[in-house]
Amino acid sequence: MDIGVQKEGDAVVLSPEGDVDLSTSKDLQHHLKQALQGKPVRVLIDLSRVSYMDSSGVATLVEAMQISRRQSTRLVLCSMQQRVKSVFEIARLDRVFEIAENVEVAGDSCSG
Amino acid sequence: MTTNTQQPDVRDAPQDLGDAHLRVQLLSQPRYLSGARDLVSAVAKRFGFGETECGQIALAVDEALCNVIRHGYDRRPDGKIWISIWPVNDGSDGDANRAGGMQIVIDDEARKVDPDRIQGRELDDIRPGGLGVYIIRQVMDDVRYEHRNGEGMRLILVKNRGSASEHDGSQK
Repeated sequence: MDIGVQKEGDAVVLSPEGDVDLSTSKDLQHHLKQALQGKPVRVLIDLSRVSYMDSSGVATLVEAMQISRRQSTRLVLCSMQQRVKSVFEIARLDRVFEIAENVEVAGDSCSG
Repeated sequence: MTTNTQQPDVRDAPQDLGDAHLRVQLLSQPRYLSGARDLVSAVAKRFGFGETECGQIALAVDEALCNVIRHGYDRRPDGKIWISIWPVNDGSDGDANRAGGMQIVIDDEARKVDPDRIQGRELDDIRPGGLGVYIIRQVMDDVRYEHRNGEGMRLILVKNRGSASEHDGSQK
């Protein structure tokens, strides 16, 4: 899957594109681990171009969240499409993750 | 993938599902998940389901297929999986007032497990994995695992049109 990686100040912004399912979640996992390895202050995941995610994608993000908490990196999910958000709601993980309307809002809330 | 509308003639397919309105066979490879989701969602739409319900039904089938690929076949790429679909109470019996719905049966030839032991995990236990069965049970109205005659497992999923599943897409 196509995943953009951009460094913006003290944050790393990951921008995956396409469906995140069992065939693509490994790619996302690889990029997330790489991004977290540098122990950045923030990792923002821009999900605006992800129209579908199944539990393998959710599991990848849960794993990343656990790593980020251990090393005090702030991990924020941004611009979730409703279809993707509903999977997090079903699993009640929308209460566990930090979710922002978009990357800009996440950046503002983190810097303030 | 192959589709059948009358008498399915899918080689090695389960013999007792001959009345399925549509049946596809796929190999236990993640690259076919997307096509399976699109197919199931498109058929659900033709059965009268709304956009949210179509997405939920496709998600349930995706999760079921993932479980077969990962746990049933241990990611072996040559396992066979069949998806069979029927409308439920679609008005063909003359009763137009019945809500109708969709039945999906997923068969495999993978390792058998005790159906009673197939449980979704507790959500308080926040960890990667184990969410698939929980999601399936949340979005479908009836979920039943059975041993197939011979080898493999069968999962029977039913979604009723207009029913309020445990999760309706809104925040609770």
